[in-house]
Amino acid sequence: MSQSHWNPQRVQTLIEGERHQPGALLPVLHAIQNDLGYVPPDSLPLIAEALNLSRAEVHGVVSFYHHFRDTPPGRHTLEICRAESCQAMGSRRLENHARQRLGVGYHQTSPDGEISLEPVYCLGNCACSPSVRIGDKVYGDMDSDKLDQLMDELTTQAVEVR
Amino acid sequence: MTVRVFVPLDTSACARGAEELALALQTRCGDDIELVRNGSRGLFWLEPMVEVETTQGRIAYGPVKVEDLDGLLEAGLLQGGEHPLQLGLTEEIPYLKQQQRLTFARVGVIDPVSVEDYKANGGFVGLQSALGKTAQQLVDEVKESGLRGRGGAAFPTGIKWQTVLDADPGDKAQKYIVCNADEGDSGTYADRMLMEGDPLSLVEGMAIAGLAVGATQGYIYLREEYPQAHKILNAAIAAAEKANYLGDNIQDSGKAFYLEVRLGAKAYICGEETSLLESLEGKRGMVRAKPPLPAIVGLFGQPTVVNNVISLATVPTIISKGPEFYRDYGMGRSRGTLPFQLAGNIKQAGLVELAFGTTLRQLLFNFGDGTRTGKPMRAVQVGGPLGAYLPESQWDTPLDYEAFIELDAVLGHGGVVAFDDSVDMSEQARFSMEFCVEESCGKCTPCRIGSTRGVEVIDRIRQGENAEDNKALLRDLCDTMVHGSLCAMGGMTPFPVLSALNHFSEDFESNPGEAS
Repeated sequence: MSQSHWNPQRVQTLIEGERHQPGALLPVLHAIQNDLGYVPPDSLPLIAEALNLSRAEVHGVVSFYHHFRDTPPGRHTLEICRAESCQAMGSRRLENHARQRLGVGYHQTSPDGEISLEPVYCLGNCACSPSVRIGDKVYGDMDSDKLDQLMDELTTQAVEVR
Repeated sequence: MTVRVFVPLDTSACARGAEELALALQTRCGDDIELVRNGSRGLFWLEPMVEVETTQGRIAYGPVKVEDLDGLLEAGLLQGGEHPLQLGLTEEIPYLKQQQRLTFARVGVIDPVSVEDYKANGGFVGLQSALGKTAQQLVDEVKESGLRGRGGAAFPTGIKWQTVLDADPGDKAQKYIVCNADEGDSGTYADRMLMEGDPLSLVEGMAIAGLAVGATQGYIYLREEYPQAHKILNAAIAAAEKANYLGDNIQDSGKAFYLEVRLGAKAYICGEETSLLESLEGKRGMVRAKPPLPAIVGLFGQPTVVNNVISLATVPTIISKGPEFYRDYGMGRSRGTLPFQLAGNIKQAGLVELAFGTTLRQLLFNFGDGTRTGKPMRAVQVGGPLGAYLPESQWDTPLDYEAFIELDAVLGHGGVVAFDDSVDMSEQARFSMEFCVEESCGKCTPCRIGSTRGVEVIDRIRQGENAEDNKALLRDLCDTMVHGSLCAMGGMTPFPVLSALNHFSEDFESNPGEAS
């Protein structure tokens, strides 16, 4: 993914779809990130204008929430749960394994642009710890081997698509 | 004849393969079955659990993998036939049978988005009777039930409602019902299970709350981490609107209530009610100083009820069965039931709804059956990341709000996370501070700066650097955080830290080789 996704008309349409509701800023940001994968910094003035806010206020909100990102993500986002229930079942080992395999830390994307690594604090799958999430799917009872298998599947599919 | 077969769509059941199983079952059986995607019964080590409706009742099988299907079908799965994976009648499984399921009575039983199924199982009886009562009658019934906020703070729900009922909404003439579905505590998943398994009970509870305080607009503030719950809630709201249980003229009563779901964006602090309101207003989730209470100056400055999912979903039971029915469960000032959630290193992890008063040990061993790794259990964190770690000597304490407060611990939202003896408690204490650094809204100094200093001090203790002096400093810092923070984030982070230091002091002896 690249900055080529930046498209003011598209962003304007997304803003328009959400702006007419009380407390519209989070719904607007979700709509943009769902569509583009991130909230392009260039969209901030458009959002500010539409919602009658200052750019600083919009920036403040984007940067406050862990979910919103201002750079394009990799083809897939792998979220690893760092919270206590998963810690009790070995998530610290799992995190280290993922970092080593991808060669990146949290909030970074693997050099091939395939996988962005993000921390998450609880996926509500604590009965099957440790957990990870890819897209809208949650996986439980994870270990290094299963995680490798998952990542292999993700990257293999990517090759087939090409 | 088509047989009704149930395969859960619950997130954890799907994490264990329920989605693939449902697809395979439908492909193989076609029109011979009516496949119902129910919520989970909460016996997660048995998921995916398939249930088949027979003349004797529902018969369960689990955990079922796709590759088990051939054998199961051969053994007569659709007639409830014998098989090594057969668990007998679902209702007779001891883990389930020994529970007192009031709020979770329908979860795992019904099709979550079917109004018909919901009504056939006692749904909307509460709302129907609420439509014939005055606002004050409804508030009184909730007061009499003894229900206290199930999000964790345990504030009496009826008293909160009374404040909102009595509050003057001013010129805008608007009050709000806000459901706090930002279930961020690690080890908790009761809200998620309920929203995925019986969302209409939450819809009904919120509509009743609206009638009780004179609010016509409700919001469910749902965490982004729950995409499955999001889909199911939206479907349930649409179904309730279609059946005229939401909208501008509920069941032709002339009374209105509108409901919508709003998504959070990964911020633990937004589970704090004032931060949640800021977030709903489209702002940074910065905690507000109280007073004024949200009940008086809440969402968009208007009187607002903010209640947890479980509190609201319990209201229909109270209204339909009467406050005495609910109040008769429990002990002391903790009335009714609490859905406990067993998590972490535990063999039989799952949801256990019980009246207050049983002990942690019963939960951990009678229900949980000990650790999943088979090693001795060493520490148990109750009530999420702001809850204390309890050593074995405290596991016989009755599960009751007041009994836990006496231990400097909390029941919170009922999450129970077990650790075996491989846990390093100074590392857990460090994480508690680190989590506070990560999730503090930054408004007050003890929380924002205190947590950062806390990580540093614990690191020094772990490295054996002036350990005794630094332990004294850590206690002093915790004292400042407890007394000087604006909300529970900074105010309760010391609970897990100090409990680790007090009960597991051997893990804070200098160990320079292992410190990282």
